[in-house]
Amino acid sequence: MTEPILSTRNLTRDFGPFRAVDGVDLEILDGSITGLIGPNGAGKSTLFNVLTGMLAPTAGQVFLQGRDVTGQQSDRLFAQGLGRTFQIPRPFGRMSVLENVMLAPMNQLGERLWGPILQPARMRAEEAAIRERALEVLEFVTLDGLADQAAAEISGGQRKLLELARVLMGDPSVILLDEPAAGVNPTLTRVLIDKIEELNRGGKTFVIIEHDMDFVMQHCDPVIALAQGKIVFQGTAEEAQANPVLLDAYLGAQVDD
Amino acid sequence: MIGVISYLVFFTTVASILAIAVLGLNLQWGNTGLFNGGVVAFFGAGAYATLILGGTPQADHLGGFELFYPLALLGGMLAAGLLAWLVGVLTLRLRHDYLAIATFGVAVAFETLMRNAEGLAGGAKGLRGFERPLREALGDGFTYNLVFLAFVLTLLIVVYVFLGRLIRSPFGRMLRAIREDEVAAKSLGKSPSRVRLTAFVTGSVIMGLAGGLYATFYAFISPQDVLPILTFQIWAMLIVGGAGNNAGAVLGTFIIWGGWTASGWALSRFAPIEAQLYTGTVQFILIGMIIVGMLMWRPQGLLPERLVVSQSGKPENKHKTGSRR
Ligand SMILES: Nc1ncnc2c1ncn2[C@@H]1O[C@H](COP(=O)(O)OP(=O)(O)OP(=O)(O)O)[C@@H](O)[C@H]1O
Ligand SMILES: [Mg+2]
Repeated sequence: MTEPILSTRNLTRDFGPFRAVDGVDLEILDGSITGLIGPNGAGKSTLFNVLTGMLAPTAGQVFLQGRDVTGQQSDRLFAQGLGRTFQIPRPFGRMSVLENVMLAPMNQLGERLWGPILQPARMRAEEAAIRERALEVLEFVTLDGLADQAAAEISGGQRKLLELARVLMGDPSVILLDEPAAGVNPTLTRVLIDKIEELNRGGKTFVIIEHDMDFVMQHCDPVIALAQGKIVFQGTAEEAQANPVLLDAYLGAQVDD
Repeated sequence: MIGVISYLVFFTTVASILAIAVLGLNLQWGNTGLFNGGVVAFFGAGAYATLILGGTPQADHLGGFELFYPLALLGGMLAAGLLAWLVGVLTLRLRHDYLAIATFGVAVAFETLMRNAEGLAGGAKGLRGFERPLREALGDGFTYNLVFLAFVLTLLIVVYVFLGRLIRSPFGRMLRAIREDEVAAKSLGKSPSRVRLTAFVTGSVIMGLAGGLYATFYAFISPQDVLPILTFQIWAMLIVGGAGNNAGAVLGTFIIWGGWTASGWALSRFAPIEAQLYTGTVQFILIGMIIVGMLMWRPQGLLPERLVVSQSGKPENKHKTGSRR
């Protein structure tokens, strides 16, 4: 709980003249559920994109489990245990919901060209196990009834659930969730957070971008606030609630809507 | 009567060979979303290499290695695969549309090279001096064609079954995921560039096999056989049949090849004498219209791609899925 599993030094990302992430020094502690808050356009999703190798940083470094992984692509980072979901879901539309989830496990035997030909029995056994587990994950996010539906045909909220199911299926040790609860009904959100906390007790680290302050205050610790690309607050949930600057800059805005 | 049967054997042989090439394209485009605009280059590489490797020695051009036929055919596939690997390494990291342009360019360059490099492959006169396997035993007549048809059909079935398994496997799942959303696939640990290259090379090897068989059937190949029109025909077959569906790919091949053959016959028979020169052009226009028409009114093809669902081969999951709603 004390070692940073994911950290950055002076991480910066520009879009042309605009600086979306500005000299961020981040420390995500192993085994934490860190909440990442901040107004719209603060640079939260961009930070996720730079952390996971989807965008190259303009300056600065990213460390995963102490190793410098700056500039590594997202597939390699996933292989090292860093997974993420997207704020705007990216389902594989012309694939079944089940297939979307079954894709995630790494190094499947049948991912090799000759796997299906040379080791059909072993591949089938592995496939059956993956299918079994994928159905469990889908059941947990209440999508099991849609397993055989094309992912393009499910609703917006269901797509968010599918995002989550996919990354959970991949079983990374650090999971970045970009607004996992947005558009998901409250009862289900409870179920999801229960599961996240259960996985967290099992040792997984979560970083969650969330606008719902109740959610953040109840379930995230520590809380990091970003504004205009900079970290403007870092502390416990109580400290966040007591922080006048934060309340002003961000929570104040929440009260209005 | 024997004339009709003999013609049907001939037609089915050529259509089955083309179907193999269409299946190769389906792996690339239908499953992986790779736009290969130069199918004919890989088909041609297979055809030329098979004849060069398996043919008798020629005074005026390369070849005459007289390899055992299966080895020559494998060599043809290897040549197509090598060409695809080269093209793929250079272009698959680029944006998708560049692949289409690059492959089209490669195909034109291939044809130009074959037409002009006489010392390499006979130039415009084409490659001759290939002894068809088992010809001494079977002769040149109907029996030979029947046996060759059986051989081609066997290979078509082998390719069909191989690809069917492949696309239902986790490898196929990766192909589709990369086709659907490369960024998301990458975020789940899949390497789009590597997977695409594998799919591109594999598809091209299959096209090379088709080319090798085609050249074997005619015991001849020339630059006239590797013109861009063949690429368009193969594309039309896939689009009409249904990209992403292997049964559709085969169906589309027989429909388009049947239509092409029939329209050629009808035009040569009924078109006025002064228009005879242009019947080929009319056929080109027809192919173009079919492609555009399908894309406008039935883009999914006659047999659309089917979802891979959990029940396939595992009915005991039925009670689990679909229970909640
Ligand atoms: N690809 C891009 N090109 C140009 N500008 C971008 C790009 N992505 C993000 N930005 C800009 O960077 C800023 C931060 O965007 P980002 O998506 O990170 O915000 P966010 O904190 O996630 O906001 P929200 O809470 O609304 O999701 C925005 O002003 C946005 O316009
Ligand atoms: Mg965002």
